[in-house]
Amino acid sequence: MANKLMVSTSPHIHRRENTASIMRQVTFALIPAGIGGVWIFGLRALFIILTGIVSAVIFEWLIQKARGVKVTVLDTSAILSGLLLSYNLPPAVPLWLVAVGSFVAIAIAKQAFGGLGRNIFNPALVGRAFLLAAWPAYMAAFAKPFDVIAGATPLALLKEGKIAELAQLDLSYQDLFLGLRGGCIGEVCILALLIGAGYLLLRRIISYHAPLAFILVVGLFSWVFGQDGFFGGDFIFAVLSGGLVLGAFFMATDYVTTPLTTKGRFIFGLGCGLITFVIRKWGGYPEGVSYSILIMNAVVPLIDRYIRPKRFI
Amino acid sequence: MIVISEHKELTEKLAIKDAPLPDRVFVPLSQHLGKSCNVIEVKVGDAVKTGQRLAIADAGIFAPVHASISGRVESIAEYPHPVLGKAKAIAIERDAALSEETFPLKSESEVSALNIEELRKIIQEAGIVGMGGAAFPTFVKLTPPKPVDSFILNGAECEPYLTADARLMIEERDAILKGVGIIAKILNVKNVYVAIEDNKPEAIKKFERPAIAGAPNSKFEIKILKTMYPQGAEKQLIYSVLKRKVPSGKLPFDVGVVVHNVATAFAIYEAIYKRKPLFERVLTVTGSILANPANLRVKIGTPIAKLIEFCGPLKKEPKKIIMGGPMMGLAQFSQDVPVIKSTSGVLLLGEDEVAESEEEACLRCGECIKNCPMGLSPALISAAVSCEKWDLAKLSGVLDCIECGLCAYSCPANRNIVQGIKQAKTKIR
Repeated sequence: MANKLMVSTSPHIHRRENTASIMRQVTFALIPAGIGGVWIFGLRALFIILTGIVSAVIFEWLIQKARGVKVTVLDTSAILSGLLLSYNLPPAVPLWLVAVGSFVAIAIAKQAFGGLGRNIFNPALVGRAFLLAAWPAYMAAFAKPFDVIAGATPLALLKEGKIAELAQLDLSYQDLFLGLRGGCIGEVCILALLIGAGYLLLRRIISYHAPLAFILVVGLFSWVFGQDGFFGGDFIFAVLSGGLVLGAFFMATDYVTTPLTTKGRFIFGLGCGLITFVIRKWGGYPEGVSYSILIMNAVVPLIDRYIRPKRFI
Repeated sequence: MIVISEHKELTEKLAIKDAPLPDRVFVPLSQHLGKSCNVIEVKVGDAVKTGQRLAIADAGIFAPVHASISGRVESIAEYPHPVLGKAKAIAIERDAALSEETFPLKSESEVSALNIEELRKIIQEAGIVGMGGAAFPTFVKLTPPKPVDSFILNGAECEPYLTADARLMIEERDAILKGVGIIAKILNVKNVYVAIEDNKPEAIKKFERPAIAGAPNSKFEIKILKTMYPQGAEKQLIYSVLKRKVPSGKLPFDVGVVVHNVATAFAIYEAIYKRKPLFERVLTVTGSILANPANLRVKIGTPIAKLIEFCGPLKKEPKKIIMGGPMMGLAQFSQDVPVIKSTSGVLLLGEDEVAESEEEACLRCGECIKNCPMGLSPALISAAVSCEKWDLAKLSGVLDCIECGLCAYSCPANRNIVQGIKQAKTKIR
């Protein structure tokens, strides 16, 4: 019997959570938003989501095989990347475009940097950024809810100064909260996103620091520097009308690409919020959530260098 | 500090009982920090009596070892050791014809007549070491180079599964308090604190309104601590009780404090009041795969196989045998290893209780940083270790790490952070 005993360094007990279970729970928390997207935009959205997931898993498997490293598609992280990418796409994009985005996300943003834990930028957002640069027409073709007719997002209308058209849409806060507007598949249904985010917060898988700072800064700045002059903006509209809730709770909380400490995460959120506001207000795009997160991803090493926990000495 | 599952229910209500006398004990010559005993005072074939001194060292910091049963010296050779892997030990075969020594109680007047130097000498000669796990010779800690104002009796017992200290506090309150009295007299401290975690209501009740014998100048206070790990770690305990921080590289006496474990205080009582050297101790033999886990009074040198047999039968094959608690204890290669002075428990874990997952890449989830009681960044230390940047590890405070294990405990990627830290410490030193 003696030779069967296992010997390793302490500690000998562990918390039950592991990488795969965390990734699984984040994926699980994103399901309501997907259901919302499919309900609003129809089966087409479902095909995009499935294409995103399946292609991400295939690319992860192929590249890990090619690199000769351990295949870890079962840790759910590729599924999560594919899922998040598809949530960040308009419901009318062709399916091949989704697969190209997955390839960029997995092959370039993730595996080329060394795989899970070593990527600097959020893979799904790199995929989206690439698609936005390469096929801007597809990426701006939004559909109206329950409709095949093309329609612009509320933020795009605001950006282009089409206030009258925006008013014509007659979007109440309730409509925005439920997701009855043009937008990306996974970003529209705020209610569903909050259900998932609430679950992750309760299970302490994500911390509230980055999302809180992110949302507050975007809301406050949009209110203070609003389209109707100082303090004439719409806090709630700014929060509900774009990809902010999806980005704040599900991408600005990605462990790998955000700071290590809670204080660092708060600063990360502040930066994301500020950049998002600047892009929305003065930038070339109606929406700035994904770029703000990508830019702040690059700042993470700097934040981690200066924000350290208080030593107990 | 965080709350972790305790598993103390297996043994917390079980009264301490005597383990059966072993046929053979293996008394290692090194059971303490400091020089290993190198002056062996017996030879193979000699008859020895319980409590007889077997070996000392020709150095200042050491603790003598004593025979724990009466019998004959069978061999003096290398033998499995729970901490050192293998080390020289004196094997004694029990002789049923020889009686076990008894150690009658001394009178109070005899004890109170002893001066501080005499008390220290008795404690030194009894071979007492810190019994919470550190095994530092107790008389050295009782000779602080500068005066201290406070003494803390550590009854936190924050390691999961272990209940020996809790039982000792419940069953031997008066003896422990007498030991505390001796310590207070030697240190000449103003304040005496008994620190107990709030998961031990029975022990707390025992220590609520006691008086300490022999130390009229000391003020006694009980401090009830929240049950959190690692509440019993010396630096954390001192902060919880006195709000004093022990600076990096300093020792408790630098902030005017000395801490001793309850088992050590009990051993001091036995040494002073009975002239009984440290040759037996109370420990917890536990694990859900044991049919009869127990708190046992065990002779030093008893192979743990005997204890496992006594607490059995086993419901399942053990996958891991740990000396000490699950957070800081040492996994053993074999059941032949003997109980030593610092063994606070023997824990058996079955296959399903042992995390055998592979080490994965760090996810940067930050759990290790959030939970580190020393305010370190284990993730960064671990990263420095994996590329062998020892300077960077040192800069990240690796030498301040108390190896409580919370980082690795909470790591979802199963990273062997503590192992890396131990490696870094040896590389830096």
